[in-house]
Amino acid sequence: MPPVMSPGRDLRLDLFRGIALWLIFLDHIPSNVVSWLTIRNYGFSDATEIFVFISGYTAAFVYGREMNERGVVVASARILKRAWQIYVAHIFLFVVYMAEIAYVASTFENPLYSEEMGIFNFLKQPDVTMIQAMLLKFKPANMDVLPLYIVLLAGFPPMLWLLVRRPTLALVASVGLYALTWRFDWNFPAYPNGTWVFNPLAWQLLFVFGAWCALGGAQRIAPFARSRVVLWLAAAYLVFAFAIALTWYIPHAASYIPRWFSEWMYPIDKTNLDVLRFAHFLALAALTVRYVPRDWIGLSSPLMRPAILCGQHSLEIFCLGVFLSFAGHFAMVEISDGIGMQVLISLLGIVVMVATARLIRWYKDVEGKKHGPRPTPPNADLAGGEA
Amino acid sequence: MRVVIAGLLAALFAVPVSAEESACVAAGDAVQTDVPLRHVAAAIDSKHLTVAVVGSASSSLPGPNGAAKAYPARLGEWLKHRLPAVDVKVLVHTQARESAADMAKSLPQLLVDDKPDLVVWQTGTVDAMLGVDPEAFQSALDSGLEALHAGKADAVLMNMQYSPRTDSMIALGAYLDAMRHGALQHEVPLFDRLALMKNWNELGIFNLHADTRTIDVAEAVHDCISRLLVRLIINGADLARGSNTGAASPGLPPKDNH
Repeated sequence: MPPVMSPGRDLRLDLFRGIALWLIFLDHIPSNVVSWLTIRNYGFSDATEIFVFISGYTAAFVYGREMNERGVVVASARILKRAWQIYVAHIFLFVVYMAEIAYVASTFENPLYSEEMGIFNFLKQPDVTMIQAMLLKFKPANMDVLPLYIVLLAGFPPMLWLLVRRPTLALVASVGLYALTWRFDWNFPAYPNGTWVFNPLAWQLLFVFGAWCALGGAQRIAPFARSRVVLWLAAAYLVFAFAIALTWYIPHAASYIPRWFSEWMYPIDKTNLDVLRFAHFLALAALTVRYVPRDWIGLSSPLMRPAILCGQHSLEIFCLGVFLSFAGHFAMVEISDGIGMQVLISLLGIVVMVATARLIRWYKDVEGKKHGPRPTPPNADLAGGEA
Repeated sequence: MRVVIAGLLAALFAVPVSAEESACVAAGDAVQTDVPLRHVAAAIDSKHLTVAVVGSASSSLPGPNGAAKAYPARLGEWLKHRLPAVDVKVLVHTQARESAADMAKSLPQLLVDDKPDLVVWQTGTVDAMLGVDPEAFQSALDSGLEALHAGKADAVLMNMQYSPRTDSMIALGAYLDAMRHGALQHEVPLFDRLALMKNWNELGIFNLHADTRTIDVAEAVHDCISRLLVRLIINGADLARGSNTGAASPGLPPKDNH
């Protein structure tokens, strides 16, 4: 079945979000040889940037139109409903995680790892743990993206209001918040310690930038983004980032980097969306929009359809990916962690993600038919994926 | 995979390892340094070497023989074996659930009490489990390493264990980066225990998945860690003397520094 087409739809968003979801899944399986294919090993940014940018883009595309057509209240209410759905999905994932961790805690024993077993201590006080999880303060490993997304959406209505009216001012406000966050070390508190792994106050920059692009910004910067100078700058920066990434993996290569330079560059802060990461994403995006045009023939090829399908149902497929990475790691530990098994689990996981996306599409089609030709309100699904 | 690349490179460039060398040491090329250990070199020359090990629970082993079989005590044995003419003392300060900040606070007093020439500082796991702010972790490392530098002791940082069962549950990434960065910035060797143990697991040298109550694998792991630690220490001391020749003494293979 061909992917849903609609006039305003940019299938590239679905495609790249789908690919980002696969990469996030692969990166979340620890010690997985296939994760060497993912972009985080070849530069500063990773699939998270792609996911957050496209999420901002689609959110603005869908709810921006809604705000113009049906008013601020309705659009805001729908954005908050979406945030609530993601919250529920996050809690569901948390329960799955708890089940896995409780099982491992009660079955595994090894004197070498008495220290690491301390990670199970929170099972001893479920009262605190559960409440902190519901407050989004306690977030197990690899479960940090959805809370970020929830906060970004919850704070989005006023930002969208401004973006629709004064896009440039909105972007300046976002950059300002990012700068203040860096200046004053703002972040949300986490439990039992520290702060959020993805600082929403910093990552909002990418989300708002995506939204700004969706609301006309992309056209405005297109001549600049497609210029030869930018192209060469982007390419040079990607080569530079690749060279730096090589030094993480090749012993002694790091000694070729001047000391003052590594002191300036490191740490490359993922929590606060380091400028180096943001720039790396921009460089990737500049090359992508140049070489993958909106009407690229490949977008209608059957080869791209699985990724596009996944990208069109991003919330469900994201959650499934987190679950599958738990399950895949579990299978590796219980059965075998050989390279063959790692490849098999990675492939199987992606197949399950695609099949599930296809199933969700089927459900939506069936439900759509039931309602008949009656006009439905603009649907986030029909605008380059869900918001 | 990182380990595989490191292993391949090591295999290409490494000096051949003598046959009696056990497999775990041969697979230890992830552990190497190009940082000279000047205080250690001077201490070896003066025939008195004092090493302090500061760490959390993964620097110890449970059971009645735990203290004797854990890597800090084994380090003492191997150092004595390796440096028979030197009076070697290893003082162990391991404390379960101690974060890097806790340890950094205790270092100035430790420098006064022990007067170590070298401090092996194992940390990271507790902070990762507690989810300490990586920036706070970084500054704890900074203050600890600065204290050691001011106290005229060399330092070796040791990072986390590779624990396949909890790999998906403890997010180590930011803390590993902080330790790598801290080692680089303060010019101290990083004993990359994580990469080392991953390599052992991949090569089948130790089965780290095993669900077991027996302690033999854990003891062998600690023994091998201590042997590689000795190699790193001697290597650093040789670098401080500006030569690699000392590393060719019997028992341990020479370490190349291409």
